[in-house]
Amino acid sequence: MVTNVSSIDFSAADADNAVVSRTSRFRRAREFCRQEVLGTLGLVLVVVMALTGLLAELIAPYSPTANDFGAMMEAPSVSHLLGTDQFGRDLLSRIIFGARTAMIVGLTSALVGGIAGLILGVGSAYFGGTIDLIMQRVCDVLMAFPLIIMALAVVAIFGTGVQNVIIAITIPLIPRCARVVRASALSIREIPYVDAARALGYGHLRIILFHMVPNVMAPFLIMVTAFVGQAVLAEASLSYLGLGVQEPVPAWGLMLQGGTEEYATTAPWIAVFPGVAIVLAVLGINLFGDALRDTLDPKLRKR
Amino acid sequence: MLHYVIKRVLLVIPTLLGAAALVFVLMRLIPGDVCVMRLGSSGGTFDPKAIALCHAELGMDRPWMIQFIDFVWGCMRLNFGTSMWSGQPVTTEIMARLPISLEIAILATVVAIAIAIPLGTISAVKQNTWVDYVVRVFAVGGIATPSFWLGIMSVLVVLNFTSAVFGKPWMPPIEYVPIWEDPIRNLSMAFLPAVTVGYRYAAVSMRMTRSAMLEVMQEDYIRTARAKGLIRKLIVNRHALKNAMLPVVTLIGIEFAFLIGGLVVTEQVFNLNGVGRLFVQAVQNQDYTLTQALVMLTVMVFVICNLIVDLFYAWLDPRIRYS
Repeated sequence: MVTNVSSIDFSAADADNAVVSRTSRFRRAREFCRQEVLGTLGLVLVVVMALTGLLAELIAPYSPTANDFGAMMEAPSVSHLLGTDQFGRDLLSRIIFGARTAMIVGLTSALVGGIAGLILGVGSAYFGGTIDLIMQRVCDVLMAFPLIIMALAVVAIFGTGVQNVIIAITIPLIPRCARVVRASALSIREIPYVDAARALGYGHLRIILFHMVPNVMAPFLIMVTAFVGQAVLAEASLSYLGLGVQEPVPAWGLMLQGGTEEYATTAPWIAVFPGVAIVLAVLGINLFGDALRDTLDPKLRKR
Repeated sequence: MLHYVIKRVLLVIPTLLGAAALVFVLMRLIPGDVCVMRLGSSGGTFDPKAIALCHAELGMDRPWMIQFIDFVWGCMRLNFGTSMWSGQPVTTEIMARLPISLEIAILATVVAIAIAIPLGTISAVKQNTWVDYVVRVFAVGGIATPSFWLGIMSVLVVLNFTSAVFGKPWMPPIEYVPIWEDPIRNLSMAFLPAVTVGYRYAAVSMRMTRSAMLEVMQEDYIRTARAKGLIRKLIVNRHALKNAMLPVVTLIGIEFAFLIGGLVVTEQVFNLNGVGRLFVQAVQNQDYTLTQALVMLTVMVFVICNLIVDLFYAWLDPRIRYS
């Protein structure tokens, strides 16, 4: 009987907690939007970009690869809202499909690089000693390569294409995340509950994954958001150099590649709109990331 | 200080060795045989003797360890062998293109500092006013704008403007002339790329200046200075700015190495025959000796920049030496 009562009590309390956490989460979201106007704007830009990428087939008025040789380098008009390129392809459709490429490359490299860095960083802090020392030296070495240089070196080996671009951008992101995560994991390691978990006989993996990782989520999320922006920029740069995504895959950087200067006076829209897309996407991600940082890490809050 | 300098300089050695090992391994991860690719680019069959000769020529028939030691020894003497594409020594190839890249890098740094420090300071001093917002938008924009697109846009503007005003489009010259021979021609070539690369650099430094200034302005000694009636200009310039410069100097030093990355793309936009462009060509032509040399050089510049920044920082802030 007693157990029954207590279980009822518990479930009631749980239900209460659930209600509180749901309303407080909603309130926190509303608070975020009110306090971080720019961050909300960024979030809107990111959501628009994500939806555009996801629903590209439904939104795009034309196929991104269809040539209309009757309408080459046509100025923006009702039939082609952003005009056409030198091959008669609709720029708006190519930008819409380019959002998909940018999202795929940006999200995949940021998430894979971030998660790998998270595990390595927390593991390095948890085990400490020689493992930590070796990991830190490896990070030193990897971080001595500027992102784009490392990416170029990887492309030189594996070649171009979406997959290889993702690999090329992911690799330099790993040590950058590991470094930051390790720093916060080091302080968490000193908190008694990690010792308590160890005293209870929990395995290393369990302690790392369930006791330490959740506590470094704030810097991790901040890093990953920043990575998405960096990855989108790096992909655009590589594609622009002809060493990233290859035709016929639509990508923003690639759209800027082919002799945009030649058409500077006759068809400037070819060079203008894909760049605007890149700027808006990266701006959105960065604004959201800044707001996220201010919310999650009050120490870094801009005064 | 001496103790710290020695410790810090010694730390460079494992990093550089590790980087050399990584570059060495990466360049040997290339699928297929470099010599087969080089000889068989046109397809068809080829003499195995020619491949053996090519291997011997590139030193690939020796044990890995010897090859690696040779590579490291070469790096130390800045001797990276010959380019597989042009047959010229890699050092000659790089030296021919270094002046233009170096000039743009230095100009970009000057542009960045000239923009970042005053604007960052004003933004901090006039926090949460319209000036602050404008500066912050300018900075956020600089980080989001790819430098190559900014380059394309500036070319677009120059072309359209000159053809509208003079009736004939004008483009900056693309052939390098040293500044002491023809300063106008030299600067008209280097100015746009420098501004293009410098904008991002300025944006990052500006944010740093702003947040450092905001932090310093909260300090007690600033309040004391204000309380004793010192004029605002003196407080900002003498008391605050000097102390806020520490993190900014660090950032400027570290970002200088990142300029190389920016140059790779920007030189392509302006058709400049610099080191960045050479890098892209090396990757495109699958010229592994050249790629290897350029990656290694970038890393060396980066590591040395970091070293200088750290030493400078330790000199400015004695607390670092003892931590």
